[in-house]
Amino acid sequence: MAAESTLIERLREQGISRRGFLKFCAAAASMMALPPTMVPAIAAALEKARRPSVIWLSFQECTGCTESLTRSFSPTVENLILNIISLDYHHTLQAAAGEAAEQARKQAMKENFGKYLIVVDGSLPGPDSNPGYSTSAGQSNLSLLEETLEGAAAVVAIGNCAAFGGLPKASPNPTGAVAVQDVVKDKPLINIPGCPPVPMVITGVLVQYLTFGKLPKLDEYRRPMAFFGQAIHDRCYRRPFYDKGLFAESFDDEGARKGWCLYRLGCKGPMTYNACATMHWNGGTSWPIGAGHPCLGCSEPDFWDAGGFYKAVSVPTGDTRETLLGAGIAGAVAGGAAAALARKKAKDGRAARVPVEIEELEQKL
Amino acid sequence: MTALSLDRGLAALRDEIDAPVAAFFSSCVHCGLCAQACPFYIETGDPKYTPILKVEPLRLLWEQELSLWGRLKAMLGIGRKVTDEMLEEWEPLLYDSCTMCGRCSMVCPVGNDIQSMVRKTREGMVASGHAPAGLIEASARAIRTGSPMGLTWKTLEAQIKHVESSSGLEVPVDREGVEYLALLSSMEVINFPEYLEAITRIFHHAGVTWTLSKDYFEATNAGVQIGSRDIAAELVQRIVDAAVGLRVQGVISPECGHAYTAVRWEGPNLIEKPYPFEVLHIIELLDKLRAEGRLKTSGKVTDRLSMHDPCNLARKSGVIDQQRNLMDLVAENFVDLKEHGRFQWCCGAGGGVSSNERADELRMAAFKRKKAQIEEIEPDRMVTMCATCRTQLEEGLEEFNMDIPVVGLTEIIADHLVEKGKPA
Amino acid sequence: MSDPMEFLLWVKGPMFELALTIFGIGLAARIVEIFLLGRKPNYAKPRRGELAPGFRTLISRTVADPGTFARAPFDVVVGLVWHLGFLIALLLFIPHIELINSLLGLAWPGLPNPLVDAVTAVTILSLIAVLIHRITHPVKKYISTFEDYLIWVATFLPLITGYLAYHRLINPYPLILGLHILCVEIFLILLPFTKLTHIFTAFIARWYTGATFGRKGVVS
Repeated sequence: MAAESTLIERLREQGISRRGFLKFCAAAASMMALPPTMVPAIAAALEKARRPSVIWLSFQECTGCTESLTRSFSPTVENLILNIISLDYHHTLQAAAGEAAEQARKQAMKENFGKYLIVVDGSLPGPDSNPGYSTSAGQSNLSLLEETLEGAAAVVAIGNCAAFGGLPKASPNPTGAVAVQDVVKDKPLINIPGCPPVPMVITGVLVQYLTFGKLPKLDEYRRPMAFFGQAIHDRCYRRPFYDKGLFAESFDDEGARKGWCLYRLGCKGPMTYNACATMHWNGGTSWPIGAGHPCLGCSEPDFWDAGGFYKAVSVPTGDTRETLLGAGIAGAVAGGAAAALARKKAKDGRAARVPVEIEELEQKL
Repeated sequence: MTALSLDRGLAALRDEIDAPVAAFFSSCVHCGLCAQACPFYIETGDPKYTPILKVEPLRLLWEQELSLWGRLKAMLGIGRKVTDEMLEEWEPLLYDSCTMCGRCSMVCPVGNDIQSMVRKTREGMVASGHAPAGLIEASARAIRTGSPMGLTWKTLEAQIKHVESSSGLEVPVDREGVEYLALLSSMEVINFPEYLEAITRIFHHAGVTWTLSKDYFEATNAGVQIGSRDIAAELVQRIVDAAVGLRVQGVISPECGHAYTAVRWEGPNLIEKPYPFEVLHIIELLDKLRAEGRLKTSGKVTDRLSMHDPCNLARKSGVIDQQRNLMDLVAENFVDLKEHGRFQWCCGAGGGVSSNERADELRMAAFKRKKAQIEEIEPDRMVTMCATCRTQLEEGLEEFNMDIPVVGLTEIIADHLVEKGKPA
Repeated sequence: MSDPMEFLLWVKGPMFELALTIFGIGLAARIVEIFLLGRKPNYAKPRRGELAPGFRTLISRTVADPGTFARAPFDVVVGLVWHLGFLIALLLFIPHIELINSLLGLAWPGLPNPLVDAVTAVTILSLIAVLIHRITHPVKKYISTFEDYLIWVATFLPLITGYLAYHRLINPYPLILGLHILCVEIFLILLPFTKLTHIFTAFIARWYTGATFGRKGVVS
């Protein structure tokens, strides 16, 4: 289904006033840390925007990212976003199925060639893996992606799986899963990681892209700096307790009930960059740390293999106790052998020893 | 006859590497505090006298043979090796600038007993033929004549006669089954002959049965000073043979420092078995008699006295309180040097340094540390219990124009005995 | 650094295992070798037992005698300060306690972070002073080898990177945390082959010396 009407037309159809629309633009501006003077520009851009075609490819995913996006408690904002884009292909949300769905995709690609946005959630089996691990309509994920990439303007990888490989890529990675960025090399690409990402982060990035027509400022992991530029630790409301050295040591102990820092329970906040600490979840209701659970670090690459959700940041990831014990034993054996050899050498030396005689010393006078 | 060689030296060093040595070299962090305990560094300012450096040959051997990194270096042919040249270079460091006083062992923060390692390193020096002429000559005299200074029984006999006529008492010789065999030091017999008379009178006064041995009278051990367990063992064995032959209960070491450590602590390990008799320093025996109430004295000296603890007696053997108890008997005005007992400062002459002419200048320089201690206290006289220390103090005080007489403790005790009637 | 998280996970994972392995083997070998070399039997009659004096010296050698303190106050004071500071930063900082707990199963109460932070700053400054002292003091300058300076760097780096990490002065955090952990791993790898072994063997050395002097009746 191609996008024909402008945003304003669609909004009016939905019964949303211009005032409501401008409120949204103001909210979007502040969310992107843009000054209020930008609001008219956003409004103008969005007004005129033809709803761009979005082809959403779902690969090895749990659908959590889609659930997050749609599981919103402020329908006005999220739904507005969904009305800004023309979602031409989405396994879960689309009405069509089977061949009809594939036809819709191919038609959208043809009609918007060079201009459509690809959104991916889920990781995909890489070029060296058996493509049969994940297919739709008999076509492998990789093949589908490569086919759809041809006329794409940009790619947005939503969720940790698409951005970094996520859970499928976690050890032992049975499907040979790779991230989208491992396969997409010559198209503009944004990663919006999270497991799932904060809903408003998704919508915020889309709005930014649509307003300015180019990618926002990205970090080394190609995540938008506006939402992934700060560590959880630096915005966490429990930070004063970390600084003071007050930690919960088990779930529901005195410290936990007092809302102390969750570092010792495995919080990955110090090394996780996301917007949870400020934007929260469920329309600002709460977030993991606020609910008393340590941050999993779900917007970071390989967070599943980062040691353990309940092991502190400072704890190594491997079987270090066994390693140390084994090394100690090996060393003790080696040292014992060396000492035994030395003692034998000394004993032999003593047996072969020629005592010093005074005449020998006098030779040196 | 074989010759001393580097190989024999290395074998000797190798034999000296035990658990403590390995722990010591594993722990040295080059903090340099040992230098702050060494009179030879302090009074010359030359960092080459830093104690831990003196044992570098031993350390190198340990590193090359017992540490992984050292073994690797040796395999690759890099790193310094212990050679004759190196040992020659180290000879003055080990013999001229070290008395094995042990103060460095007391202050090392990681607990290294550096003094013991100097003693061990000297074994390697001797076996490879790197020892000072003075010590070699003293050892030769000791082995051949029984005395490092060549003192003969004939000369000693003359002194015995003199003591007997002066005191009216008998000096027992070769008396069997008595309590103690008294050893003498040649240095004492020659320089401080009043010692023999003093113990004759004290033993008679206290009712101690004792004897000298004609076969062997020498307490000192040139082998320990030069650092040769072979020579040292031979000399100790002579003492053991004499003591066992005379069936005595104990052996008395005279006013000497290293003689006591040689007999008391090193001896049994040189002959590799325990003694069937006990060993006491004369000061230990005198204090024992004092505690048993067997020393009756009268009168006290009133001049200001201070004391020099011989390193081998105090720090290295734990005889510290005894001499002070004895001083309390006979001195009214005794004041200790600021650092005394286990932390006293070496006089600079022990450990073979005074037998080593090449070290004369260094020995006098090291004395300045003692001199500073004495100047702090300004005594009228100094008391000590070792002939070498006493000689060094006298020489040093004279060298620096300080008019402070030095006296032996046994002598003072003897001078204050309440005389019983002389035997008929 | 294009992938800070990969770097961090590498230093927390396989690199840590490697460092621990080298450290474990090397240190165990060194200590067992020391003990198994043994001592020759001592036939001289002791004045008293050597066990207790050994343990006494093991602890008491930490404090310098007045004479040494008078002669070398810098070494005594600054040496104690930086060692204590290092130990506090290492053992009383809660994230480190978590690490040690995961390794050895032991844990204990920690100090508040700002306190550890202040101690770390003092330790860093003391270490710099100690380096200057080593370069300028006649004895230390004379006896120091390349290893002394290498070990200074190996000791300083974990402290400075830890400080930078704690204060998040270098971004992104996984990079500086990874660097800190890497510096610690370098320290661990160097430990068994350098004078850093004194961390463990000094107590063995102190015991032997305390025992030697103690059986002769001398408190050392």
